[in-house]
Amino acid sequence: MTGPIVRVQNLTKRFGDFTAVDHVSFEIQPGETIGLLGPNGAGKTTTFQMLLGVVTPTHGMIEMLGLDLMHHRETILRQVNFSSTYISMPYALTAEENLRVTGRLYGVSDIERRIDDVVKKLEMEDMRHKVTRKLSSGQMTRLTLAKAVLTEPKILFLDEPTASLDPDIAHKVKGFLKEYRETSGLSMLYTSHNMREIEEMSDRIVFLQRGKIIAEGTAEEVIAQYGEDDLERVFLKIARES
Amino acid sequence: MNIGRITALIIRHLFLYRRSFPRLLEIFYWPLLDLVVWGFITMYLAQEGKGLHGAVVFFLGALIFWDILFRAQQGITISFLEEIWSRNLMNLFASPLTAGEFLVAMMAMSVFKVAAVSIIMAFAALFFYSYNVFIMGLTLIPFILNLIASGWLIGILTTSVIMRFGQQAEVLAWGLVFLFQPISCVFYPLSVLPSWLQPLALANPAAHVFEGMREVLLNQVVPWSHLWWAMGLNGLYLLLMIAIYQYTFSVCKDRGMLVRVGE
Repeated sequence: MTGPIVRVQNLTKRFGDFTAVDHVSFEIQPGETIGLLGPNGAGKTTTFQMLLGVVTPTHGMIEMLGLDLMHHRETILRQVNFSSTYISMPYALTAEENLRVTGRLYGVSDIERRIDDVVKKLEMEDMRHKVTRKLSSGQMTRLTLAKAVLTEPKILFLDEPTASLDPDIAHKVKGFLKEYRETSGLSMLYTSHNMREIEEMSDRIVFLQRGKIIAEGTAEEVIAQYGEDDLERVFLKIARES
Repeated sequence: MNIGRITALIIRHLFLYRRSFPRLLEIFYWPLLDLVVWGFITMYLAQEGKGLHGAVVFFLGALIFWDILFRAQQGITISFLEEIWSRNLMNLFASPLTAGEFLVAMMAMSVFKVAAVSIIMAFAALFFYSYNVFIMGLTLIPFILNLIASGWLIGILTTSVIMRFGQQAEVLAWGLVFLFQPISCVFYPLSVLPSWLQPLALANPAAHVFEGMREVLLNQVVPWSHLWWAMGLNGLYLLLMIAIYQYTFSVCKDRGMLVRVGE
């Protein structure tokens, strides 16, 4: 498709008197990864939730795959998925059963082949038939990631996907995501509190503070804008100002 | 409505019941215990009281029918609670699944639960008390369908309240249905109620079902007026409850509560 795969315009969310997201606008191009940064309470999660259609915006427009989310929710969400460290999956089901249910929810054809594929790529063979409640936090993260890529989405929202992983698994997950992005042309919106990871994974960065975009551009551009040496120092400067 | 997505949710719950012994037990344990206790009480009453020859038929029939309504309600509410307990609502509603499809899947689960409980209870009543629930023949079918619909009404209402007020309202999943029991005239005729309460009972579709059931057992006549009233009221209230559910769902999405319920 030509033009941005995600277009957000003047996105605003108010909960009573509190404005969580304030006139946020950004675009994601096909195959591009945007790093969404900001201190706690900056509005990242609310933005995510609005993009996934589980929170209704107070104002503004979300367009994905050239369609308005408000009017084409089902068509869009079939081609979108997400993974978050903070979201679980049904505990009493095995990892494979959870993937099978996800596959059916999204209308994935040839579910068995897709499950075999993601299980292999994410090195989940040992946990495939394990009940979800018995998974370690690292295994749980891999399962939610497997759930997200199982449906072969065009857009993937990742909320701190490596937060609870040891460096070895985190490295493998990032490697998997990079490879998957290259082979599938996937677009991603990525949040993390690990600034090195954001620099490594993102083509551009959107910095949120108190619900507003305060900086946008490549990591180098944002670092230069704040006159700091690296992204971590930029983050600290912004977080301590807020 | 997408059948594939509805099936996905049903399969998710069947996987759960296949693996969870406590949840399987929950479906059969209470109904069987109720049946055993009430069965022996009614047998005792029938032996002692000369005017209570039909007691076993009335009480056991009423008990089985009440359990159909109760399980139909539980089928909806507990299925919703399962998603809260496993923090799965975000996964579901960030997928193409619609609120309507979610509701239909919960209704289907309630039919499965009702079928399982009814079969077990019918056989248990036959085994313990030689009571044949099929004594009413084909008339049984519209009564059961109406009871399932009445259970859905309370189930949808309870689900909407839990969705809106969160897990603190969870206790309603087991309690709200019993608020309707006195005016459902399960174990006694409507005429027993004080006159001021009777109009309220008449506005309750379940009361028409239980009144009708007693007429069938007493006079072997199908009480069409009660059946029509039950169907009409169930249809009307079902539309109202679905509207309340859809409204609550959109309010929760607006206030960001859908993804926070259970946290």
